[in-house]
Formats: sequence, C-alpha cells, structure tokens
Amino acid sequence: MEVRERPPAEAITKNTPLAKVRSQLAQIPLLGWLLGTLLTVVIEQAVGRPLALALGLSNIPGLFGLRIMLTKPALIPSAVAYVLLVYVLPTLVVARLSAPLANRLAQQLLDRFPLWVSLIVHLGLFYATMHLWGDISAYRVLFLKFILISIILTLSLNLVNGYMGEFSCSHPGFMALGAYGASVLTVLLFVNDDVFGTSLLPPALGPFLFPLTLVAGGLLASVGALVVAIPSFRTRGDYLAIISLAFMFIVKSVIENLEIIGGPRGFMNQPKWANLPTVFVWTAICLWMIYNFTRSTIGKAMCAVRDDEIAASAMTVNTRHTKIVTFLFAAFWAGVAGGLFAHVIGYINPGTFGVYKLSEVLAMVYLGGLNSVVGSIAGAAGLQLLMEVLRPLELFKWIVIPVLLIVLMIRRPTGLIAFTEVNIEDLLQPRRVPGKER
Amino acid sequence: MALLQVNNMTHFFGGLRAVYDYDLEIEPGQVRGLIGPNGAGKTTIFNLITGIYPPTEGEIIFNGQNLVGLQPYQIAAQGVCRTFQTLRLWRHMTVLDHVKLARYSKIHYGLIGAFFGTSKRHREEAEIEEIAYNLLEMVGIKHDADQVVINLPYGVQRRVEMARALASEPQLLLLDEPTAGMNPEELVEMMEVIRRVRDELGLAIFLIEHRMKVVMDLCEIIQTLDFGEVIAEGTPAEIRSNPRVIDAYLGKEGIA
Repeated sequence: MEVRERPPAEAITKNTPLAKVRSQLAQIPLLGWLLGTLLTVVIEQAVGRPLALALGLSNIPGLFGLRIMLTKPALIPSAVAYVLLVYVLPTLVVARLSAPLANRLAQQLLDRFPLWVSLIVHLGLFYATMHLWGDISAYRVLFLKFILISIILTLSLNLVNGYMGEFSCSHPGFMALGAYGASVLTVLLFVNDDVFGTSLLPPALGPFLFPLTLVAGGLLASVGALVVAIPSFRTRGDYLAIISLAFMFIVKSVIENLEIIGGPRGFMNQPKWANLPTVFVWTAICLWMIYNFTRSTIGKAMCAVRDDEIAASAMTVNTRHTKIVTFLFAAFWAGVAGGLFAHVIGYINPGTFGVYKLSEVLAMVYLGGLNSVVGSIAGAAGLQLLMEVLRPLELFKWIVIPVLLIVLMIRRPTGLIAFTEVNIEDLLQPRRVPGKER
Repeated sequence: MALLQVNNMTHFFGGLRAVYDYDLEIEPGQVRGLIGPNGAGKTTIFNLITGIYPPTEGEIIFNGQNLVGLQPYQIAAQGVCRTFQTLRLWRHMTVLDHVKLARYSKIHYGLIGAFFGTSKRHREEAEIEEIAYNLLEMVGIKHDADQVVINLPYGVQRRVEMARALASEPQLLLLDEPTAGMNPEELVEMMEVIRRVRDELGLAIFLIEHRMKVVMDLCEIIQTLDFGEVIAEGTPAEIRSNPRVIDAYLGKEGIA
C-alpha cells in the first residue's frame, strides 16, 4: 500500500507519446483531479474575464465556448484557446504535479477514517468546484441545477427501465405529482399569496421544512406509482408501458382541469429555495441510496427479475414485491426531482410534464447506458449539455440530437456505459505506479 | 413421515391431460429418479411441485404443509428448490450474485438496509458471501465467482444453477436433467457433484434424467412416466427388467 513519491514512470512504460501521457495520467487519483479542476475554476475567477477579452471574446464563455463555436465560427480559435488555457492545461498540470501529494492524502483519508469521511471530502471538493464555476454567471448555476435534477430523474428511471427491464413512461407524471405536491405545500404553508391566502406557518421556517415538502411530493408520486403498479405488475409484458403512458396523460389533464392550482396556466410563487447546495445534496442522497440499493442482494433481485423472472421466483425472490418496491422507489425520486425543479424555476405548468419531458428522460437513460449508475450520470449530463449547446440551432436541434441517438443505438445498443458498475471504494483509492501494481 | 408427499395429482392443460393421478413419496435424504419418454409430463410434475402452475387436482404435502396454492418463491423458501432443464440463468449477473440472490428469503436487513447501507446489512451481506463462496467451492467453480455467467462454458453454467439452488438451503432438491447436453467429462464431474451434495448436505434429491447410467447409478427408487401416468416404480434393477418400461421407454436393447 506504500505510495511512491517519484515514480520512475518513463523507465517502465513504452515509448510512444500517447502511452507516456496515459501512464502519467494513470498516477493521478480522483482527489488529484478534483484539486486540479478546483484550481482551474479559481483561475477562471481571477483572470477569466481579462483573458477572454484579450482573446477577442465578449465575455467568459458560458459553456466551455461550445455555443460560441456554433454561432460565431470566426471565434473558434479564441474559444479553443480559452478552454485550453483556463481549463485543460491547469487541470492537467495541477493534477499531475499534485499527484504524489494527492495519492498520499487519499491513502491517509482511507486509512485513518471510515470510508464516508473520504467520500465527503471528495464530494466537498467537487461541490466547491461546481460552486465556483457557477459563480461566474446565473446561467451556469441554472444549467448545473438542471443537470443535477436530470441525474436524479435518469437514475430513478434507469432503476425501472434498466435494472428491472420493464418499460415505464410515467416519469414525467411522477415528476408533476412531486412538483405540484411540494409546490402546493410550500405555497400553502409559507407564502402569502392570493391563491391560498396568508401562510399557515411563519415563512422563516420555510427553508428548514423545505426538505419535508420535497419528501411529501416524492411520497405523493409513490402513491401515484402504486396506482400504476397494482394493475400492471400482475403479468409481464408491455402492460406497464401502456398503463404508465396513460397515467402520464391522466396526471397532465387532471392538473390542467384543476382550477385551484392554476389549471393550464400553471402554478407560481414557489419560493426559490432550491439553490445549488440544496439540489446538490439531494442529488448526492439520491445517488447514495440508489447506489446502495443496486448493490444489495435485495436490489439485485431487480436484475434477476429482468433476466429471468421464473428463475428468480424459483430462487425465493418475491418478484411482485420487488417490482412494486422498485417502481415506487423510482417514482419517489422522480417526485423529489419534480419538487426541486419547481423550486428552481418558481413556476410550473402541466405542459412541462408531457411527452417532450418523457422523451428527454428516456433519451438520457438509453444514451447513458442501462443498468449503470455512472452511465445515468453521463447520460443526463451529456444530453443536458448537448441540448444547451445546440440551442442556437433552434429547430435543427431536434434533428441533430435524434440523429446522434440513432447512431449511438446502432453502435452501442445498450448505451454508452451500460452494465458497468463503479465501486466507490475503488474510485477513492490512491493510484499505484503503473507497471508496479500488485 | 415422508418429506414430500404428493397424492392423486392431476393436471390438465386445457383439454390435454398432462399428469394423471400421480403419487410420490420422498423420504429425507433419499435420491429418486423420474424417467420417461419426451412429453411424458416429467417437467410438468416439477413445475407443479414448485408452484409454477397449480395442479388441477390433488395435494402436495411438504413437511406436513400443503404447498398447493403457494407462489413459487414461497415454496422455494419452504425448502423445495430446483434447477431447470434449459438453463435459466440471469445473463447479466455474476456467478457470485447468482448464488447470493438465492438467499433472498433469508435476508433480514430489509429495505432500510438496502437503501441506507446499515451495518446490519454489511454484516449480513458478508455472511451471505461466505456461504456463497463455500457452495461455489463445493461445486468446484469458486475461481469463476466474479465472471458474468454468459461468458462461461456450459458445464460451468450447469454447476452455477446447482450452487444457486443449494444456496436457498433446500431440504429437497429437484434436478431437471442435470447432465443434459454435457460431454462425458462434464458428465462425470456433475455426477460427482450430485453425490457430494447428497453426502455432505444430506438432501433429498428428485431428478429427471435421460441418461440411464446417471439414473441407475444415483437413484434408490425410480419412477417411469408415460403419458402422464406412472407405469412403473421400483429399484434400478426392477425398472431395468420391467417389460412395460422396456416397451415404453428403454427399448429392447437400450439398457445402458
């Protein structure tokens, strides 16, 4: 377990430049990468604006200069230079230089403290990076929040469509239930408005009780899921797809016809309590619970039900119970995501939770990869970024993205990172010198 | 008292009579065989005992409890576990996960443990893992524990099924053609595994098999089935010389 300070990497690796770079990078632990990116965003805060202006850009590029490249081709060299100078180069240099230190630190963290301490340190660094990156503009913060919410949605849908091998279409419906449930509660309890009158509780309590309203929204979504689950899990097959699709439309039209919550005009005045740390913490909790669940023997029953239900039931697995629990759990998180979404924007309308949302979440699941937590994160972040970046193309966005998805489905039918699980413990480990492992 | 007692079991698929007036009695630790031509209803009998479908008539008593009407997972949890004629493995899962999952009904940490990773859960998962490794060692595939099953050779997959069935701690093991499609080498190994299971775990075993060598070597009592009815029941020697069995199944020359 000893970590070398100065690895003689050149001596043991092949001489091709690529292999050299790879061997250098392989020595960097996750902690080193996080330190690198953290310093990068600090640099951007300090010199980002002057540098961008010097390169001929009007301001700091919002999303890695990707949108600038699409709209103003003449500025591509400047944008690339900015990304290289501010993000890529400092990250690589800092990560590589700090690798020995980071390795030792990672080792110490794992040796001296329980695993969760190390995990919290990593998450904290990651959050700091995100926060500082978002500090540059409100647009970036909103973008980050949407990514995090998409991750919750994608992960929870992956439980049903990937891990359990059923096909559920009702995720936007659950999201709507969660969004409206949580919104009605916060507005009723903590906001003075003309729909529900004066607040029932002092508004100052709001931010503290906000998590409870999110949970309530999640539970409401779970109750909705039970309505879908009871008839559709009696047998196997396409029933769930049909019933859940119907459920999504029912939820949408019920909300449209409920005047008290605004009907088709939508529901507003939600306090914007879902700031970046809140959304981040909820995403982390979601990730942690789903990670735990998928790795437990009880959770693996989902995969057995998917791969062979008769065998699962012959091996003492209560298949119906497994399906219903998974479905309700997934719906709960969709509901929480909905609640967060409502309190990010401060306004929701039933139109948001329709087929468009459904196709978006499904695309994220299948792009990222079935049966994989990492895949879902990649899929959600990737597609969200793609949709944001391609926004200048307007309508053509909806030609480019589907074509990309089709190509992906042909090349990798189960998604980018399907059926791969990453062990958190392995991820947090310090890296050994290549060639000297074991 | 018999471990498993089946009385007057009859099953119809629509108008087709698949099993008729079937009786069976298995003592603890006994190895019994079920033979018969294709389509005689052998696998149907297994499916009826394990609850995949309920019998039209009759009763199935296991340890004094009636199994008719119970779900397959409840029957398996009672201690009747089986393997399948055509392999029914979970294609994306590792060998270790297969064996661990068959402990499902014996897990106590519940959903709280599954969601929050409590220390109780870690303790239980570690225990299950140890049991799983022991079983994999017993059937001789411990080194393949982390492999995904579809990447493994057929003989190994058969043993995964065996280890998985054993992990649920059955008192009665139903083996549906455990040596089907095996080459002679794998066959010898499988017979060895079955013997070890019988001797070390003391299970009662009820097996369907087409290879006479396996049946005659392993079983104490053999039933012969034809068109859903038992046409003969007895020791291997009796079955071998029974004219009805020779007529319906073994053939005049076919005694291995």
